[in-house]
Amino acid sequence: MTTPVAEPVLLNTWSETARYSRWRLRRWPISSIVILSVLIVSAVFAPLIAPHDAKLGDLGDRHIPPMLFGGTSDHILGTDSLGRDIFSRIVHGARISVVVTVVALGVGGIIGTLLGVVSGYAGGWVDEVIMRIVDIKFAVPLILIALALAVVLGPSLGLLLGLLVFLVWGHFARQVRAEVLVIVTMDYVAAARSCGASPIRIMYRHILPGVIGIVAVVGTLQVGAVVLAEASLSFLGAGVPPPTPAWGSMVAEGRLYIATAWWVSLIPGVVIGLLVIAVTLLGDWLRDRLDPRLRQIQG
Amino acid sequence: MRFLARRVIASIVTLLVVTMLVFGLSRIQGDPRSLLISEDATQKQWDALGQELGLDQPVYKQYLLYVTNLVKGDMGDSTLQRKPVAEILWSRIPNTAMLAAAAFAFAILIGVPLGVLSAVKRGGFWDHGVRSFAVLGQAMPVFWVSLLLIYIFAVGLNWLPASRNTGWTSLILPAVALGWFGASGQVRILRSSMLDALDSEYVRLARGKGVSARAVIWKHAFRNALLGPITFAALTLASLITGSIVVETVFSWPGLGLLAVQAVSNSDYPILQGVILLTTFVFVFVNLLVDVLYMAIDPRIRIR
Repeated sequence: MTTPVAEPVLLNTWSETARYSRWRLRRWPISSIVILSVLIVSAVFAPLIAPHDAKLGDLGDRHIPPMLFGGTSDHILGTDSLGRDIFSRIVHGARISVVVTVVALGVGGIIGTLLGVVSGYAGGWVDEVIMRIVDIKFAVPLILIALALAVVLGPSLGLLLGLLVFLVWGHFARQVRAEVLVIVTMDYVAAARSCGASPIRIMYRHILPGVIGIVAVVGTLQVGAVVLAEASLSFLGAGVPPPTPAWGSMVAEGRLYIATAWWVSLIPGVVIGLLVIAVTLLGDWLRDRLDPRLRQIQG
Repeated sequence: MRFLARRVIASIVTLLVVTMLVFGLSRIQGDPRSLLISEDATQKQWDALGQELGLDQPVYKQYLLYVTNLVKGDMGDSTLQRKPVAEILWSRIPNTAMLAAAAFAFAILIGVPLGVLSAVKRGGFWDHGVRSFAVLGQAMPVFWVSLLLIYIFAVGLNWLPASRNTGWTSLILPAVALGWFGASGQVRILRSSMLDALDSEYVRLARGKGVSARAVIWKHAFRNALLGPITFAALTLASLITGSIVVETVFSWPGLGLLAVQAVSNSDYPILQGVILLTTFVFVFVNLLVDVLYMAIDPRIRIR
């Protein structure tokens, strides 16, 4: 005897939406994966890949144009105003970008996820307090606070990481909380509760696994924001102090020579853009793949 | 009404938190007297100034004094220019407001039509073109776009001025650089909410009734797709204020952002603090305005 199984009712089977998203899902975001792999490999093996010293240059070699624009193969992307090899600096700069992104999203993601789970599960005044704190977070102009902190404490890698953690945790908390509010109504949560499971156990064993998907999506979509924020802070001088190469500060260093040596600032900017496009496309793909309902979530 | 009251209280709390932060930072930075007084001042003069500034009081009283002064519009004096901070800020506001308004106008005038176009022509040539424009606008750092525009239009073609405010033409490049980012976000949000609206029952009903394609798009779909984009427009306005710091730096546009960055290099903390407080106030105010607007558009929110 077979148990009657309810047929899934497919509304608008003809709909363009469904066909379109299926077509899109089949394709892996190959270009994103390639760009990100290249980036991570450069970050890890920077000293082996970079042909020149990233912090020291020869002043006699300043403003040599990139190879395709009249330069030599010794400096494929040209040199900056201190004669440092731009390609080597970009390769080393990848380290800063990768470290900053991983730490900011790791720490910010954990803090935000925990707060989101607690907020959604506990409800009541706990929820109210946490969500109001998140509101405050979103109302603070981070870049200005960052400048103030850079003045008072002096720019450093630690400060930069702290600021970026502060930038991202709120997004995780909000999205995770929304997801938890749905999960809490599930029968298995009620079942666990009636078996006498403690709130901590329920949150850890029954709710946390359910929010991993959304955490992955928010995390990927936030990479772009983190990279851009890091670049902006470095550009304004509140990032990693020189001479350590960071892409944002490379753009800043070259901007005074834009009329005579465009490559010094425009090339690192292209690299930032490539990275952000790659993670954005990957994030969109991941979101559609895990749950098309999440389409409203923008980076 | 309860909704509104809660939002107002939340806004006030936000402002208080930021003032505490700014106040705390100024105290970490050191004794404010050391910047105001000459090095050969006597202990007596030092103590007198401390009394005048309220430094002999406990910290919470100092904070209260600080907030009272802020409410009165007194933000202290610039350490470099020796003029009241409020006066200096006031003189910079028109430039930043002009830049933000131009960029916002660019973002809306370009973003809204492109977003609708992209949704209506989904999957076609225009959709791909518009989406590339949007992805690029959100991926390229604003300062890079600014430099690129300078390189093309000021250095290469020599059509537009590259820096400072020398008449209305110098507004064009910074406004485009700043507005592109906002336009891109607007395109993405509007496209997805238009797609949802176009796929809805009421739009299909309207189409079935024989309503013209144009009326369906603008009257039925567009109006219902507006809620998300309106919030986003307000957030764009807020992000324009922050983005203007970077853009003003690149274009040497004499607004609040440039003032803040210069304050950083001059270690002129009172000025920086003034810009932070003013920006936060605008930020919070805009958010509150959006909530009120939301309430007016979507009656369901009023019940909460």
